[in-house]
Amino acid sequence: MRLGFVFREITQGLRRNISMVVSIILVTFLSLTFVGTAGLLQAQIGQMKTYWYDRAQVAIYLCTNTSPTDACPQGEASPDVKTAVEAKLHDPTLASFVSKFYFEDHQAAYEKFQQQFKGNTVAKYVTKEQLNETFWVKLKDPNKSAVIAETFTGVAGVEEVRDQRSYLDQIFSILNAASIAAIGIAVIMLASSVLLISTTIRLSAFSRRREIGIMRLVGASNFFIQLPFILEGVVAATVGSLLAGVAVLGLIQFFVQGYLAQRLPLTSFVDISDGMVIVPLLVVLGVLLAGLASGVAIRRYLKI
Amino acid sequence: MISISNVTKTYKGAAKPALDGVSLEIEKGDFVFLVGASGSGKSSLLRLMLREEVPSKGAVFVLGENLVAIPSRRVPYFRRKIGVVFQDFRLLPNKTVFQNVAFTLEVLGKSSAFISEAVPEVLNLVGLGEKADRFPNELSGGDQQRVAVARAIVNKPAILLADEPTGNLDPATSAGIMSLLEKINQTGTTVVMATHDVGTVDRLKKRVVELAGGHILRDDRKSGYQHALPNTDQIELPLQGGLE
Repeated sequence: MRLGFVFREITQGLRRNISMVVSIILVTFLSLTFVGTAGLLQAQIGQMKTYWYDRAQVAIYLCTNTSPTDACPQGEASPDVKTAVEAKLHDPTLASFVSKFYFEDHQAAYEKFQQQFKGNTVAKYVTKEQLNETFWVKLKDPNKSAVIAETFTGVAGVEEVRDQRSYLDQIFSILNAASIAAIGIAVIMLASSVLLISTTIRLSAFSRRREIGIMRLVGASNFFIQLPFILEGVVAATVGSLLAGVAVLGLIQFFVQGYLAQRLPLTSFVDISDGMVIVPLLVVLGVLLAGLASGVAIRRYLKI
Repeated sequence: MISISNVTKTYKGAAKPALDGVSLEIEKGDFVFLVGASGSGKSSLLRLMLREEVPSKGAVFVLGENLVAIPSRRVPYFRRKIGVVFQDFRLLPNKTVFQNVAFTLEVLGKSSAFISEAVPEVLNLVGLGEKADRFPNELSGGDQQRVAVARAIVNKPAILLADEPTGNLDPATSAGIMSLLEKINQTGTTVVMATHDVGTVDRLKKRVVELAGGHILRDDRKSGYQHALPNTDQIELPLQGGLE
């Protein structure tokens, strides 16, 4: 009986304020889609970090004849330099950090370059001697690259020590900024959706002030009077957040997996299973915000 | 049953108190008229009994509840034991007579079996058994007030508060409502009714509490009812002087 009554009150309230309800749905839908997208971006960053950081190596570039003279006054690194570097990498103090390393000579570097820049005119003009001979060092803990840099920077015959992660960090900081922007937009939209919900609930309460007056008169409990209004906001927001969930899943399925993953086959992207984590969170967030907003609104309105 | 002692009520921003040192005892089964001019404090007194207002000073006990100290979450449960009727009926226009009365029970969480039994019973009691499916705007004022009374008593309250229930009705219709209230009173329900209607008060010969300017002018509790306005000699009527 009570449930039936509450349900009737909700449907009545929703129908009476249909345009406001639609706007609640749209605003929650959009704002939560932004929240979800930001979440996906973060998940993507996390995934790429674990993938790429695992593969990232530290490069010890040896001097060539074309290296800048301030780093390599002696020109091309001598075989002694190579032996010295190799010895240091084998030395117990460094070896405990190093997982493995290998040496890439002019020939190997040239072949790699030709493969990477196939079809590009630069491939025609580059010579073997211009490309650095390199020690590629893979670390046990990728965060400890400073150890390699400290040991080899400034050593005669070494042009530069470069952690590949410094390239990745630029990409990640761009993605990070994008997700922060998405969160920023989402917060503004969530704020407006909260305000919209409380306005709608107040309107709804105002249009039912006779009923509310009688309910209070005959002794309906405050909770019972408030419940239909709170649920009204919650129902609208739930519809909006479900739509946002569908949008996020659609984004993963059709844009990320259907488009990006096809074009960049070597990169691992977020998939539906990540979406399945984000979507319930979106719905919970939407329901909580709507419940809070309408609860506060109706409590203010019904204050004795 | 209702005990009001030394109650003063001053509304915010008002210079004079609406009630000033009022004391009143009402026993179970009493039928009490509150009379007095507009602004004399009748409605304020009713609002105190319903815990719509809290007194600025003094004590209000209704049905054993201390209405000054009762926590607000308990107020709804207190109000379930009190029925209220107003001058303007306050019916829901989009609900039928039956639904208007059932609404009270629905919001109190009564079962539909109980509702389908209790509502026709109370509609028969107020004489609207045949009009259960009508909407309020299809009813006369008297019948609308009967619906309001039915709604007020369907939950079998111990006290019925009526704020000028005949104020909008012609004398013949008023008489019908009054005999209905008497009938309810005879079943043991305490009735407190605020009114302007001298004729009605004269006819029923019940206890009369007269208020003026927030004070109780008289209370015919022990001596019983004499006349609606026995103190006419004390009331100045400027028109009379002009006619002489």
